[in-house]
Amino acid sequence: MALSTMNTGPAVTAAGPVPTPDRPSAPARRRRQRSGGLLLIWVFVLPALLVYTTFVLVPVALAAVYSFFNWNGLGPLDRFIGVDNYARALQDPIFLGAMGHNFAIVALSLAVQGPLAIAIALLLNRRMRGRALIRTLIFVPYVLSEVVAGLAFRLMLPPGGPVDTFLTSLGWTGEKPLWLADPEVAFWTLFAVITWKYLGFAIILMLAGLQGVPEELSEAAAIDGASWWQTQRYITLPLLGPTIRIWAFLSMIGSLQLFDMVFILTGGGPLNATETMATYMVEYGNGRSQIGYGSAVAVILFVVSLVIALAYQRFVLRRDLRGAITRG
Amino acid sequence: MNRRAPRRWAALALTGLAIGSLAACAPAGGTSGGGDGDEVTLTWWHNGTGEPLLGFWEDVAAEFEEANPGVNVEVTAYQNEELQRTLIPNQLRTGSGLDLFQQWGAGELAAQVEAGYVKDISDDIAERVDELGGVVAPWQVDGATYGLPFNFGISGFWYNTELFEQAGIEGTPETLDELYDAIDKLKAAGITPIAVGAGDGWPAAHYWYHFALKSCSPEVLQQAQIDYTFDDACFVEAGELLEEFIGSDPFNEGFLATSAQQGAGSSAGLLATGNAAMELMGHWNPGVMGGILQEETGNADATPPEFLGWFNFPAIDGAQGDPTAALGGGDGFSCTAWAPPECTELLEYITSVEVQTRFGEIGAGIPVTPGSEAGISDPNLQQVLAGLQESTYVQLWLDTAYGPTVGGAMNEGIVSLFGGQGSPESIIDSMRNAAATL
Repeated sequence: MALSTMNTGPAVTAAGPVPTPDRPSAPARRRRQRSGGLLLIWVFVLPALLVYTTFVLVPVALAAVYSFFNWNGLGPLDRFIGVDNYARALQDPIFLGAMGHNFAIVALSLAVQGPLAIAIALLLNRRMRGRALIRTLIFVPYVLSEVVAGLAFRLMLPPGGPVDTFLTSLGWTGEKPLWLADPEVAFWTLFAVITWKYLGFAIILMLAGLQGVPEELSEAAAIDGASWWQTQRYITLPLLGPTIRIWAFLSMIGSLQLFDMVFILTGGGPLNATETMATYMVEYGNGRSQIGYGSAVAVILFVVSLVIALAYQRFVLRRDLRGAITRG
Repeated sequence: MNRRAPRRWAALALTGLAIGSLAACAPAGGTSGGGDGDEVTLTWWHNGTGEPLLGFWEDVAAEFEEANPGVNVEVTAYQNEELQRTLIPNQLRTGSGLDLFQQWGAGELAAQVEAGYVKDISDDIAERVDELGGVVAPWQVDGATYGLPFNFGISGFWYNTELFEQAGIEGTPETLDELYDAIDKLKAAGITPIAVGAGDGWPAAHYWYHFALKSCSPEVLQQAQIDYTFDDACFVEAGELLEEFIGSDPFNEGFLATSAQQGAGSSAGLLATGNAAMELMGHWNPGVMGGILQEETGNADATPPEFLGWFNFPAIDGAQGDPTAALGGGDGFSCTAWAPPECTELLEYITSVEVQTRFGEIGAGIPVTPGSEAGISDPNLQQVLAGLQESTYVQLWLDTAYGPTVGGAMNEGIVSLFGGQGSPESIIDSMRNAAATL
């Protein structure tokens, strides 16, 4: 993610090191921008635009088209059925359940992972022994691939498996829940694994945000007699606001599109207890050869994510984004 | 002279490169049947990603190339679900580039035939079709043949002879009552009677298929396959028999999340490692168990367990169905509608007695061509073959027979019953609802 794009080495292109630009006077710079600007913009934008159009915009448009047909993925698109696929999805209790799981994960992530990440980040932001080690350990789950982490948990969680054995050794000798096999329990197991996986990312984001809180303010507060708690409550947290809001945005979008971990860990089961919109789409669209129906589900997923993203940007991120976008 | 010019040209060149590499993303090559003059390339896709099948198909391809100068066979193995659900449908839609491909038959084949993607080989290999007899049926649509099987077996109980002995069970259960008896004895001995991979759906659904086979007459089953009518009371009866069976609580703990074939915790793994006494499964099970033991022990030469035995699904007193009917299925290959004639010749070679005998020898499955049975070395597979030969009617796996849409809904309904939700009637309802969306 953001971390990997930090390139501290010298800028190098395919043609070799970029020569240090000479510094022309202001009028000369303006002239240069006007003459070659448009061409340069196209040169830089076109490749990305082409890739984006071919692999994002066109497939989205095609899915929208397919969603109005009864199509099994073979043969011509010739059975137009209007909005039947949408009506079917929105009446299917399993799809509505899947959507409910997505929103439950959104809410739980914000309510559980957020405060937890902030608390741990505040702790780790203090000077203490072994801080670097703890930071690394917390970030490790996020670096692991979803499939590897999912498989590992799947192998650890069967009845009598390593997790149960570990819990017994801690003194829990009674009957353990069926972590992945009980429809009442599996959703919570899934949420615990997701939290384990993504908490590290949230903490790193918060830690980065904390770096931007000037120490002088805390010092001033301390001189005024503020306690550590008061400093956090009235100085650190408000200044951490933009970071928290961006994290919440990423977390919401990730929760709505959740797929890989569920697919590996439970496959949406047992009895659809962990189905998300994305796993439902793959199972009912691809798995059952109903590409038209699956496309309708994909469009619903797209619209839900888009509406939430735009609303969030409009109402929550507005202040943070002001000044970030240059106009004119 | 402008110093920026070279940089601008470099950027333009980069853009060109990007566009060029995008264009290169289009499917490359694949001019089957074309080439220069008499050169022919056959592209062959199958699902045998593991040994011994992977090397076996490569050998077969090489032999065919040698016997037919000017023919190149490009054989590639792909993971099963990827191949079936994504790669083959996408490639068929392009109308080129693929010649011989894995064919599961029945409902899925019918959809491909309707779209005009599969070659009708009825006339080219009429003799071979006669020779194979009834097992070709799943690869036929409206009397025409669109593919040939190379592997066909039936489902039954794989069991641990040592655990049966330990529990004091004599012989193998021949009726449902005897099976209930065996379950009680195993439980009394502290042994998990049956492992089932309900997490994958179909392994649990196979119980319902068997009960339907015992309850319904072959005529009712064949009619349902044609027009998706499930009005006969025998379908509900199958669910009731299953409900009673689940009620006897014979399965491993947490079976709703158990997979069928992956690792020691899967149903095949539980049987292979002696943690469960039985598993209802197809003829491929010894191979799966051998693979799991290879992974678990790190010994590449690990074989299917010695204690393994096999018996047919027990009979039910007073049931309406054909008592000698069996449930099974197999693997086959089809040629695409645009494949050159050499594709049919390759298919004929694959199903020849010689290749099929070797297929049996390597223990990859049960060959179908008469005369190749002698190759089967595994005693359990010989038993499966005997069961197949004794049966008067072989019903294809119901999910394959009904196709992915109705089959998927059926499996889901059955798994719900396993999980204590739904009812015998709700299975039928979900099948009807799915059929209505076709």
